Amino acid sequence: MSIKKRLVLHFSADIVDKPMVFTLVKKYNLVPNILQAEINPEKEGYLVMELEGDKDDVALGLGWLESCGVELSELGERIIWNEEICTHCGACTGICPTEALSMARSEMKVSFNSEKCIACRMCLAACSFGAVQVNF
Amino acid sequence: MTINKSFEEINEKIRKGTAVVVTAEEVIEIAAAEGLNSAAKKIDVVTTGTFGIMCSSGAFLNFGHTTPKMRMSNITLNDVPAYAGLAAVDCYIGATELKINDSCNQNGPGKFRYGGAHVIEDLVAGKKVTLKAKSYGTDCYPLRELEKDFTLSEMRDAFLFSPRNAYQNYNAGTNTTDKTIYTYMGILKPNMGNINYSSAGQLSPLLNDPYYRTIGIGTRIFLGGGVGYVAWPGTQHAPAEARNERGIPTGGAGTIAAIGNLANMNTEFLRGVSIIGYGTSLAIGIGIPIPILDEEMLYYTTVKDEDIQAPIVDYGTAYPNAEPGNLGYASYAELKSGEVTINGKKIKTAPLSSYSKAKQVAETLKQWIKDGEFELGQPTQTLPSVKDRRGLK
Repeated sequence: MSIKKRLVLHFSADIVDKPMVFTLVKKYNLVPNILQAEINPEKEGYLVMELEGDKDDVALGLGWLESCGVELSELGERIIWNEEICTHCGACTGICPTEALSMARSEMKVSFNSEKCIACRMCLAACSFGAVQVNF
Repeated sequence: MTINKSFEEINEKIRKGTAVVVTAEEVIEIAAAEGLNSAAKKIDVVTTGTFGIMCSSGAFLNFGHTTPKMRMSNITLNDVPAYAGLAAVDCYIGATELKINDSCNQNGPGKFRYGGAHVIEDLVAGKKVTLKAKSYGTDCYPLRELEKDFTLSEMRDAFLFSPRNAYQNYNAGTNTTDKTIYTYMGILKPNMGNINYSSAGQLSPLLNDPYYRTIGIGTRIFLGGGVGYVAWPGTQHAPAEARNERGIPTGGAGTIAAIGNLANMNTEFLRGVSIIGYGTSLAIGIGIPIPILDEEMLYYTTVKDEDIQAPIVDYGTAYPNAEPGNLGYASYAELKSGEVTINGKKIKTAPLSSYSKAKQVAETLKQWIKDGEFELGQPTQTLPSVKDRRGLK
């Protein structure tokens, strides 16, 4: 069964030069789609990517990444929409390209679907109340 | 049957707990089901609400006298300058005033993380705010420098006094240029990539009394979670704006100057905002009760989102260059749907004001009146209006 996962990969400075994405493709048959990256030689960095492949291959590939010292987290856990701070104005919904932030028209309330989020950070700019937080 | 109720009659019912109070959303269905005359007979008050970013907001503060006394001539609060040219220990803190040394728009669109509006929010939240004051010293006011933390409860007086709030209607913003622009109407994408609007439409206070028959100096209102008053017509109040067949202005039109004690407000309905590329401002919840004096007032409160049009204005060229005209009109029903079509092109829309909070304001005000905690304030003088009213035939 093929699955898709959106992940944030954190690399420490000593492993940042390893060909991680290449190995995921070549050895584990996975299809990575890089959404964002902040990688510099000899500096810690991160990679946001969507990983597609057979369920077992994904599990093996992620296991291998962890064995290399890569810190893994689901993208959804790193993006926080704080409903306490949100006033449900909806300004973010006009700017979010994937409708991860959308408006229930009946009651005009905002909701956040982290599975659709690509961490483009446009909502951070659009929200005047500071209700969205991206932790990477 | 002709219906004629006075403010005093309605207040008497509020005191007895028999007043019939509904929101500006609920009245639409009631009137549709029962007819205007019967609904006007039954309903005494319609409550309205809005929650949005309202520029031209600010607060007067008085710190109380120090020992020795000081005539403060230069004041900052959490490093945000306040206007001190009033007296010895009074100042005015404006919503859009920025923290000293904010980099503004020098490195791309600025973030404007903290300004006067945030100082006001912090005070309402009960947080400590640092006052720094300087003076040249006089014989009667010798102290020259002061740094002291204040909470709202430690201040002598603190009241919100906004010169212009609750705009009756407003522009919807878009951008015809080929670059993203950062405006007080939010981020506007190139080539009319989106439209932002800012009104509670059918719930909005001045749209439910479009000719200000019941609103004026002394009208008691919901302000920032507490009780406030209409102090004066707001700056830029423009009753002569073009109106549709229901009497609803098709542009900005009416405004109010609002006043209220900060101590009664809460951050649920008063928030500082940071608008990227523009600056800071204050979001406030405002609700005005509309007394149903007669059938005509009931008629006005039945206004629906489809009856209200907003002009779509190009903030890329026309607005900054003060060119008149617009790109057409869209009703709030269309704007609220999330998409409007202009010249065959579908454009995404988004609100900048919160409809769900506007509803909360109207509901809260309704409850206050039902509980007998809030009586109507009869205006000493209604807001300037136009001579001939359109609407009920």
